[in-house]
Amino acid sequence: MKATRVGYWRADSVEAALGALRSAAGSAQLLAGGQSLVASLNLRLADETNLIDINGLTELEGVSDEGDRIRVGALTRHRTLETAPLVASSAPALAEAAVLIAHAAIRTRGTLGGSLAYADPAAELPACMVALEADIVARSADDRRRIPAESFFEGLFQTALAEDEMIEAVEVPKAGPLERQVVLELARRSGDYAMVGLVLRADVEGHALARSRIAYFGLGAVPVLARGAMSALEAGDLDAAVAALAQDLDPPSDLHASAEYRLHLAGVLLRRAVARARAEGGST
Amino acid sequence: MRLDWGNPDRPNSYIGRSVPRPNAARLVEGRGRYVDDIVLPRMLHVAFVRSPHAHARILRIATDEAQSAKGVRRVFTGADLCDVCSPWVAVLAHLKGIKSAPQHPIAVERATWTGEPVAAVVAETRAAAEDGAALVDVDYEVLPAVVDMETALDPATPLIHPDLGDNLTFQRLHEKGDVDAIFSAASHVVEATFRTGRHTGVCLEPRSILAEWNPGERQLTVYHSTQAPHMMQSVLAKHLDLPESRVRVICGDVGGSYGIKVHVYPDEVATAAIARVMGRPIKFIADRTESFATDIHARDHRITGRIAVDENGKILAIDIDDLTGIGPYSVYPRTSAIEGNQVVNLCGGPYDFQTYRAQTTVVLQNKTPTCQYRAVGHPIACAVTEGLVDMAAEKVGLDPVEMRRRNLIADDAYPYTSAAGMKFEALSHHRSLEKLVALMDYKGLRAEQAQLRERGVYRGIGIASFIELTNPSPFMYGIGGARISAQDGCTVRMDPDGSVVALSGVTEQGQGTEAILAQIVAEAVGVEVGEVRIITGDTQTTPYGGGTWASRGAGIGGEAALQAGLALRANILEVAGAMLQAKADTLDIRAGRIVDSNGGIERMDLAELGRIVYFRGDTLPRELSREMVATRHYITSEYAFAFTNGVQASWLEVDVETGFVKLLKHWCVEDCGRIINPMLVDEQIRGGIVQGIGGALYEECLYDGDGQLLNANMADYLVPMAAEMPDMVVGHVETPTAESALGAKGAGEAGTAGAPGAVMNGINDALRPLGARLTEMPFTPERVLRALGKLTK
Repeated sequence: MKATRVGYWRADSVEAALGALRSAAGSAQLLAGGQSLVASLNLRLADETNLIDINGLTELEGVSDEGDRIRVGALTRHRTLETAPLVASSAPALAEAAVLIAHAAIRTRGTLGGSLAYADPAAELPACMVALEADIVARSADDRRRIPAESFFEGLFQTALAEDEMIEAVEVPKAGPLERQVVLELARRSGDYAMVGLVLRADVEGHALARSRIAYFGLGAVPVLARGAMSALEAGDLDAAVAALAQDLDPPSDLHASAEYRLHLAGVLLRRAVARARAEGGST
Repeated sequence: MRLDWGNPDRPNSYIGRSVPRPNAARLVEGRGRYVDDIVLPRMLHVAFVRSPHAHARILRIATDEAQSAKGVRRVFTGADLCDVCSPWVAVLAHLKGIKSAPQHPIAVERATWTGEPVAAVVAETRAAAEDGAALVDVDYEVLPAVVDMETALDPATPLIHPDLGDNLTFQRLHEKGDVDAIFSAASHVVEATFRTGRHTGVCLEPRSILAEWNPGERQLTVYHSTQAPHMMQSVLAKHLDLPESRVRVICGDVGGSYGIKVHVYPDEVATAAIARVMGRPIKFIADRTESFATDIHARDHRITGRIAVDENGKILAIDIDDLTGIGPYSVYPRTSAIEGNQVVNLCGGPYDFQTYRAQTTVVLQNKTPTCQYRAVGHPIACAVTEGLVDMAAEKVGLDPVEMRRRNLIADDAYPYTSAAGMKFEALSHHRSLEKLVALMDYKGLRAEQAQLRERGVYRGIGIASFIELTNPSPFMYGIGGARISAQDGCTVRMDPDGSVVALSGVTEQGQGTEAILAQIVAEAVGVEVGEVRIITGDTQTTPYGGGTWASRGAGIGGEAALQAGLALRANILEVAGAMLQAKADTLDIRAGRIVDSNGGIERMDLAELGRIVYFRGDTLPRELSREMVATRHYITSEYAFAFTNGVQASWLEVDVETGFVKLLKHWCVEDCGRIINPMLVDEQIRGGIVQGIGGALYEECLYDGDGQLLNANMADYLVPMAAEMPDMVVGHVETPTAESALGAKGAGEAGTAGAPGAVMNGINDALRPLGARLTEMPFTPERVLRALGKLTK
């Protein structure tokens, strides 16, 4: 199959890209790593479109220390999340999640902003943003706003981004001294989209977990925050947390797994994640 | 002359060594020449409009809009090709009662599976052809689809081809001995129903064809990614109504085939027909989506099996009932009944028992046609047999290895005819099993397994003995009327510089055929292997042959190469004797030089002999024969097939919370007779095991109730990948076949034959303490958990 016909324009500044995006009025898409977009064009799943290539905009790339948060540019490659010391120390879930994304060649091109804007419900990074309470910094030609991750993901492949907005960066609160972050997923083959995955963040003291947040991926149209399980964990009752997942989650059945199996796996992963967080907490 | 196989230091001893493949560097450097790399003047591309329905009547095809699209040259419907291309019916005379319907290159009147071609759009580029294909408007009347093979023969089920009278393609019952009496009297009987998942061979290079009609020569030249150039020559000539001599099939580099590329595909024949009509070169390269929907599928079987054993675990009888769905047509020309037939032939194959009943029922359905894929029928027969043997062992209270020691055909029992009527020349089941047990440290693993079970870790060992059918004679296809050669030939020629060119009828698919042919020819003639160039895959230049399938390349093509090489060597020595005034039998050729047989003193190099023969023939005696070329053909005659044997073991761990199976290690000891290149044999075994594991754990073509293929992409159809594969240890026993001087049998399918059974038995061994058993492939994590009773809905 040969690709859908596309227009192509390489932006030389963020402003120019945003100007072009606005004047295209919905008929253009930003091309970052292209690891999902180009594949869908090649499969003729996407309509004819115009691509605004932002790969040259180095100001969108990189990780910086912003006091109590780190800022990660939208064009930051997954490979950078995997290797940057600031990510490892301040938001280790991002580094752990990055390794789980596809394969090395894809991680070298794929970008954080691309993954979030694409909003695949089975992807790791959107769930990380929700679990870690990150803000998505959205920018248009004349505006910049911060969107909390929880309200950024609106539906299947749908985000709160307006037609003329691009993701500029994300801002992630730095992990505190007691905080433990765990990313676990179950995929049939290494690099596949997970049947079920979770991101757990909690302050761990001895056996107790406080301020816990649990975001699941692969279980719904958007990353799902397991609120019932979170409050049961707060109360120190892991069994109740696992039981609460039946209310928290409404997983789909598809080719790869039934809803019942996914829910079962969600419970298995929660027990494993809590055990690991406790083990890591106990070791400091 | 005889080669002194026992002496590894014999002159020119290339056979038996891991000589690197001569084509490897070229391919790795990206200098391969696949069909898609070939660009001809005035070439056009074709894309196919394919049926979105599993079964539908074609009411009307509107092509006007497509016809006028940019770059589009012409649009063809099925009716447009009826005058240039005759339909085919895939039946063979020796498969009694087999029936199928006429199949056209492009569907006429009805489409019978999702993906069947219903129109072809020819354009300047593939992209323009696809744009045009999207504009072809087809009116369908959707018909009820036959999807479930279990109900395909029910009276209420619609007929796919009303002219056939029912949806049955083929049925065969084989019966030996009084099966019912043995079963009713046996100490123990166990029974199980097995399912193997419909899957396909995923080639890195998709199906590809470039056809060119030259009106001046009245010749059709076809560049084709195929395993059987001569078969395709014959098929294209017949159905395009051309003399065979005016069809030339050229097969360059092939990026994997696995049996996928040994069949006749409607879109490929349509491409040739269109080239004939338009008088322009037409290229068709299948994309990944259409590969999944139109490459043959395989292994869609449900098998109920019973085994009767005595109180000591001795196998008394086996009873098999196999049902398989093959899609809407038997596939041309080899038919889609062979796989079921092989299940009947191969079940129980490694074991010494003589009471046997097996029936296969081959039915039609509105899914992608199935046909022969690597290790045809073997993985099914092996898994069913080995599953039953393990269950029987458990019932009797025997260790699986001990059970096999008691039942495998004794190594000194040959020749032996199996209960299914298969004749075995010489197999080595017991030596192979003992070697495996030692290689894997079976006792040590059992101890480790017991220890880990106490800690809640569930590991299992699965053993699977197998036989593999190789080196087929005309009894496979030829006697049924198919123009598929079981014989193969090789022409070996020495050029003036002393280098050697060999042309062979077997083909290279990426597996290393050309490497082993070069080794054989180098040793036979007496030159360095780098001095041998191999040419394969051209019906107009190579000797006539069958190509590459059923693990025949080394055993049959190799023997022809050996004999041709030896004949050339004799010719050269005759000339050398005349030149050196010595008796030919006192001379030898070693590393490209004529030497004295005794002492090895060099007398002349081959380039000097070549110079004299080719440029100064006047100096040689007038009556001296100076044929620097020899051709030999080879066909097996004593045995219908050269069976090989082996045994595999899988060591794995089941996560009983998630159902995930982790493969820890895999062993295979096999006996393919004389090993020509140990490295290539080992890699054939490893690659075969990976494909077997694919069937066991990952691969399945999933359909919905309407016959829609749901996972026709590389994200949803799970091919086995390196990260999940275990380390594999390969060992060998060598029992050369006495049928040929080379003694080689095939090695291409042994890995695939045994791996699924080994993995299945390993999983069931791991889960035995929990009372769970799985017999339905692929063994997905969810199926494992269901077997464990952890999911209830």
